[in-house]
Amino acid sequence: MQNDVVLKMRGIVKQFPGTRALDHVDFTLRKGEIHALMGENGAGKSTLIKVLTGVYGKDAGSIWIEGGGDEAHIHSPQDAQNIGISTVYQEITLCPNLTVAENMFIGRTSGSVVHWKDYEKRADELLKNLGIPARAKQELSRCSLAVQQMVAIARAVDMKCKVLILDEPTSSLDDKEVAMLFGLMRDLKARGVGIVFVTHFLEQVYEVSDRITVLRNGQLVGEFTTEELPQVELVAKMMGKDLNDLADFEAVGEKSTGANEVVYEASGLSSSECRPYDFNIRRGEVNGFTGLLGSGRSESVRAIFGADRVTGGKVRIKGKDVKITNPHEAMKNGIGYLPEDRKRDGIIADLSVRENIILALQVMKGFFHPMSKAQMTQFADEYIKALKIKTASQDTPIKSLSGGNQQKVILARWLLTHPDYLILDEPTRGIDVGTKLEIQKLVLKLAEENMSVTFISSEIEEMLRTCSRLIVMRDRKIVGELKGEQLTQSTVMKTIAGGEQ
Amino acid sequence: MSDKTQVRNRRREPLTDAQLLMTISIGIFVAMYALAMIFMGGGFLKAQQIFDILNDNSYLIIIACALTIVMIGGGINISVGGVISLTCMACAIFLNAHTGGLSIALSALLALGIGLAFGAGMGFLVSYLEIQPFIVSLAGMFLARGLTTILSVNPVKVTHEGFLEVVKAKIKIPWLGYVAQNGNLIPAKIEIGAVVAVCVVILMYLLLCYVKLGRNIYALGGNNQSALMLGINVKRSRFLSYVISGLLSGLAGFVFLLHKPAGNASVAMRSEMDAIAASIIGGTLLTGGVGNVIGTFFGVMILATIQKIIALSPLNASWWQDMASGAMLGFFIILQSVVLANRAKKAQK
Repeated sequence: MQNDVVLKMRGIVKQFPGTRALDHVDFTLRKGEIHALMGENGAGKSTLIKVLTGVYGKDAGSIWIEGGGDEAHIHSPQDAQNIGISTVYQEITLCPNLTVAENMFIGRTSGSVVHWKDYEKRADELLKNLGIPARAKQELSRCSLAVQQMVAIARAVDMKCKVLILDEPTSSLDDKEVAMLFGLMRDLKARGVGIVFVTHFLEQVYEVSDRITVLRNGQLVGEFTTEELPQVELVAKMMGKDLNDLADFEAVGEKSTGANEVVYEASGLSSSECRPYDFNIRRGEVNGFTGLLGSGRSESVRAIFGADRVTGGKVRIKGKDVKITNPHEAMKNGIGYLPEDRKRDGIIADLSVRENIILALQVMKGFFHPMSKAQMTQFADEYIKALKIKTASQDTPIKSLSGGNQQKVILARWLLTHPDYLILDEPTRGIDVGTKLEIQKLVLKLAEENMSVTFISSEIEEMLRTCSRLIVMRDRKIVGELKGEQLTQSTVMKTIAGGEQ
Repeated sequence: MSDKTQVRNRRREPLTDAQLLMTISIGIFVAMYALAMIFMGGGFLKAQQIFDILNDNSYLIIIACALTIVMIGGGINISVGGVISLTCMACAIFLNAHTGGLSIALSALLALGIGLAFGAGMGFLVSYLEIQPFIVSLAGMFLARGLTTILSVNPVKVTHEGFLEVVKAKIKIPWLGYVAQNGNLIPAKIEIGAVVAVCVVILMYLLLCYVKLGRNIYALGGNNQSALMLGINVKRSRFLSYVISGLLSGLAGFVFLLHKPAGNASVAMRSEMDAIAASIIGGTLLTGGVGNVIGTFFGVMILATIQKIIALSPLNASWWQDMASGAMLGFFIILQSVVLANRAKKAQK
C-alpha cells in the first residue's frame, strides 16, 4: 500500500498576515487515483495547491514525492514541473495568441531554433491519443474553454507528470464538456497518474473521485474513501458539524405572511454570474438563501439588486413590471442590499460614521439636492441610538470602529432609505456574538414593521432563527425550498447535500 | 485519416489574428498604391517611386521593427528617435576625427554599441526591476537627446571622404529604370540603407517566427502570467527584446547617417511616434502578443505613401500629412477592434 504513494505532504503550515491559511495539514496521493480536495471557500484548498506547486513557500512541514529522494524542495512552478507535478488551473494558464502545438511545447523545447513541424506532428499524435478535439496548428483562442483546458492537460501529460492537479477545472464548462473532461481524467488514472481534483461541485466528486480529503478553516478534517463517506456527511464535515449531535433548533415557524402582498417577484432572473431562477417575497416576510459557500447564494441576490450584469428575466414589484439593471434602479424601487464583503463593497473607510450613514439616501436624492448639516446630524444621531452603534462621535472615521459596529452603520445606511425590501448578505460574518443576536433581533423587528428581508448567512442556526422560508442552493442551482416543519438543521443539511447518499 | 485529408485540413486552418491584420494592411497598401497610380500617374508609374520611399524611410522601417518586437512582448520603447540622433552625432564626430576605411566599420560598431547600451539598460530596468516601460524609455529618450546636445550643440557635417563615398554608392537596376525625356536610360537606384532595412525585416521575421526567443516574446505578450507558468524565462526574454530593440535603433541611426550624413540634435524628432503608428497599422496590438514585422514594413509603406501622395497633390503641407496619417491610424485601430471583436464572437459560438 505504501508503495503506491506518489505524494506525501505532512504538517504543512502556511501563515499569512493575520491568518493561518494552513495549519498542519497532511495530504497523501496514491498512484492511479482521483483524489478530491474538498472544503468551503477559504478552507485552504487553493493555498495547499499553491504550496505544492511552489507558488507559495511553506512555513513548516515537508513534501515527499515518489522517486524524488528524501524531501522535495519546491520553490517555483518550474521546480514542481521538474519533479513531476503539473497543474491545470481554473483560469487557463496558456497563451491564447499561440497555436495549440506551441502551447503544448513552449518553454520546454531544446535548442534555440524551434522545428515546429516536428512538434506539430507530436502534438497532433498526442491530441489524437487522448481524444482531444483540437488541431495542432489551431490558434488557441479559437478553441472552446473545455478544449483549452484539455490542451493544458495534454501538455501536463506529455511532461510525464506523476501528479496532476486540476484546480476547479469544471467551473466554466457545460455538462457535455464536463463529461469529456471526466473521460480524459479516467483515462489518465488508468495510466497511473495521481490526480488531485479540486472542486466545489459535490456531484462531480462522487462521479469521478476515489478518495476525498476535507479541509476546514485551514485544518485537516480527514481523509475518506468516497464510498464510505455519504454526501450528507461530507457536507457536515465541510461545514464543521457533527451529524450525530445536530441539535434541532427551534425554528421561527411560518408566520402568517402567506396572505400578504407579494413585494418582489422575479421569474427567470439571471445575471452574468448566476443561472435563471424564480423567486418571490411577501410583505413582512423573512426568507433566506442557504447553501455552501460558493454555491451561488450571493450571486443570486446580487442579480436582484442589479449588482452584476442582469442578462434576463421578468421582475415585478408590487405587481408592476419593472426593469432593474443597476443598483441605482433597484434603490429607486425600494430595494436595499447589504453586501457580503463589508470592507470592499460596504464601508468607505476614511469617511465619518455620519457620512457613511447618509450615503445611500444622498445617492437616492441625487447629488444636486444636498441635505443640510442639521438634517444629516439628526439622521445619524437617530440611527446611532436606534442600533446602539458604539462610536466616539459621528465624525469618527468608520475604519476605527469594530467590525460589528461598522456593519451596523451600513445597516443604518440602508434603513435610512426606508426600503420595502432589504437584502442582507452575510450581515453577521466576523462580528461578535452579542452583535449577531442584536442584528437577528433587528431583522425580526423590521419584518414586524412590514419590511421584507432576505437574509443570507453561513450559519444555519442563525438562518433558522430568523427565516420563515429557506431557499437551498447547490452547485449554483436552487435545489429546494424549505418552510414550516421542514426548517430543521438536519433537513437543511440533507437538502444542501442532495442525492441519495 | 489519410494524408490527403490532412493536407487539406491544414490548408483550411483559418488565419491567426496577426496574419489577418497583416493581410489587411498589405491589402490597403496595394489598393492605395494602385489608386495613386491611376489618379496621380507620373512618379507613381515608375519603379523608382517605391525605391525612393524605401530610401527615405529605411531608418523608419528599422525602428518600426524595433518597436514591433517590444510591443509584441507587451512593452513599449519610445527612445528610438533619441538613440538615432545620438548615434548620428557620435558617429559623425568619430568619422571626422579619423580617416581610412577601417573607421567606417568602427563607426558602425559604435552605432551598434550605443544602441546596445541603451537597449540593455532599459531592458534591465523594465524586466528585472519591473519599472513601467513607458517611463523607462521616456527617460532613455531624454537621456539620448541630452547626450546628443552635450556632444555638439551645432550640427556636425560628416567630412570623412570614404564615408561620403559609401553614402553616394547606390545599387543600380537598369531594367527597373525609365527613359528620361532626353532619351537617356535612368536606372532605378537603391541606397544601401534600404537594403539593410529590408534585410532587417527578413531577419526579424525569422527571429520572431522560428527562434525560441521570438516565440517566447509572443507568449509573454499574450499572457505574462501564463508564460511564466509554461516555464518560459520571462525576465530574460523581455530583457532580450529590449536589447534587440536597442541594437536596431543604433543600426537605424547609422542608416540615417548614410542617408543624411550629418549629426544634429533635432534629427529624427517624433520618429518614435511614426514607428508606433506604423507598427499598429501593420497589425501589432498595443496590448501585446499579436504582431508581425512584415505587417510593420507595410505599415511604414502606407504612412510613407500617404505622405508622398499629399506631397505631390495641391494640398502639399505638413499638417495635411499629419492629419492623413492620424486619420489612417484611427481608421486602422477601429478596423482592428471591429475585426477582432467579430472573430471573438464567432469563436465563442
